[in-house]
Amino acid sequence: MADVIEVGAAHRDAPPPAGSKTRGGATNRGSRATPYLFLAPYLVLFGVFGLLPIIFGLWLSVHQWDLQLPNRPFVGLDNYKDLFDSDSAIYGDWWSSVRATGIFTVFSVPLLVAVPLGLALLLNRSFPGRTFFRAVYFAPYVLGVAVIGLLWRFLLDANLGLVNRLLGAVGLPSDTPWVTDVPWAWVSLVGVTVWWTSGFNAVIYLAGLQDISPELYEAARMDGANGWQRFRNVTLPGLRPVMLFVLTTTILASANVFGQSYLITQGAPGQQTRTVVWRIVDEGLRDNDAGRAAAMSIIFALALIVISIVNFRFFRFRED
Amino acid sequence: MTTLRRSGRYAVLVLLALVFLIPLLWMVITSVKTYGDAQRIPPSIVPNPFSTHGYDQILGNTANPVLRWFLNSMLAATLHALLVLVTASMAAYALARMRFRGRGLLFALIVGTLFIPPTSLIIPNFVIADRLGWLDTLLVITVPGAASAFGVFFLRQFFISIPAELEEAAVLDGANQWQIFVRVLLPLSKPALATLAVLSFLTNWNDFLWPLYVLFSPERLTLPTGLGLLQGSYNTDYPVIMAGAVLASVPVLILFVAAQRHIIQGVSRSGLKG
Repeated sequence: MADVIEVGAAHRDAPPPAGSKTRGGATNRGSRATPYLFLAPYLVLFGVFGLLPIIFGLWLSVHQWDLQLPNRPFVGLDNYKDLFDSDSAIYGDWWSSVRATGIFTVFSVPLLVAVPLGLALLLNRSFPGRTFFRAVYFAPYVLGVAVIGLLWRFLLDANLGLVNRLLGAVGLPSDTPWVTDVPWAWVSLVGVTVWWTSGFNAVIYLAGLQDISPELYEAARMDGANGWQRFRNVTLPGLRPVMLFVLTTTILASANVFGQSYLITQGAPGQQTRTVVWRIVDEGLRDNDAGRAAAMSIIFALALIVISIVNFRFFRFRED
Repeated sequence: MTTLRRSGRYAVLVLLALVFLIPLLWMVITSVKTYGDAQRIPPSIVPNPFSTHGYDQILGNTANPVLRWFLNSMLAATLHALLVLVTASMAAYALARMRFRGRGLLFALIVGTLFIPPTSLIIPNFVIADRLGWLDTLLVITVPGAASAFGVFFLRQFFISIPAELEEAAVLDGANQWQIFVRVLLPLSKPALATLAVLSFLTNWNDFLWPLYVLFSPERLTLPTGLGLLQGSYNTDYPVIMAGAVLASVPVLILFVAAQRHIIQGVSRSGLKG
């Protein structure tokens, strides 16, 4: 990253000190304040809604912060302790949401890494209609989770939904409770997410595939490598940086799952599919306990940051 | 490739295309059915009869002002995209083309926040919005999301790739930084700016979690959050709910078809260089 910054900087001279001769007789291009003036509008936004919330979140997490009450006493690490204390009132709901998010992530991530790779390989060669198919596979992704959620709530409806009716038409069981019972609810949530977002990862893979030098494939072919060997020895290693990106962003996206379970399974059965993000906003914004919700958010963010770092380490280690 | 393998590939491609398209087609088909027709077993593939029942219900309804939600979403997404374009392009220009104290640190700070999941800031952001008196207003769904680091990062990478020589002529003509930015750099960056505008619009239009908790009044909602109310009031009247879903899909699908190349390139570029 540092070299990129320097390349940019090399093109520009520093603003000349006051009174010095400017290059080529040009008038002064700007004062010392100019860069900060260009940055100011963004920095106001970034400060108030990007940096302040991080610090403020830490502050909230060590207070008993009821949104409805004026008195917000300092409680130290109590909010954090409650999350790990099986006698506390929120322990059960919190860990049930962690479990739900974990199940969803563990099943969706491998599929969202593998299925889009298959799509990308299918689309990689140039053939008539390639752009059309690429657009079709990407299309669901441009629809928001609200539309996707309502649509699949309908399609998966046990009685009126198209899914059970199609299954019935080919002689399979037609009364599967897709959104109201486990494990079906998990199959639904993961399946819908794969349908919704595979196109996105596929496009990223496609760009990566185009960066692999055709000569490598030529060389492998000359050495007598078959299709599978070329995939293993040329494609996969060539895609490693892209895979790292796909894996990391997919884990983050999956861990943040909210809309699908809110709209499709509505948390059912019981609260088994109620996820961490849902638990956080409920705790903070419905039950008004912003301190506790902030503590949950911080534990959640730290866990995700650690997972990202481990990913990067693992992939760099493999590269050596 | 042999003809057999080629037709095999097409068979797979078409089959997959059906998997991606049939649910969307079913949404549109259901939206023009009558209540009774949507309940039929086995389902009718062609609506019998064609009906505007779903659209009549949502457009002529005062309890669920769907048209109002549509306009709210349109206004918020447009203003949001403009705000991102202006603030991010100015900041990216300074970071890509100017030398100043604290630049490295600032850039690291901005990129660093890309690794913090936005959902983990939702509680403090809610309290901040509350303090500003922004809850249940257009501002709260337009402004906070525009602090995203992505736009700055994306445009900075693009600006760096533009050869500096193109600006030198303007400098010799005595142009100041602002003139170089507006007359030289921005016109050269139209594809990147268009991509960022479209991506920002899409993200804001589709946003669900944040508006769900910061908007309260029925007339202030956006279309995605309003759809939840629609589902509550119409329960199993799927033509009505699907009509709402179609209404929320049409603008982004039009935008997608029009800017498909830009969107897909923008996604792949942000992925690889991110």
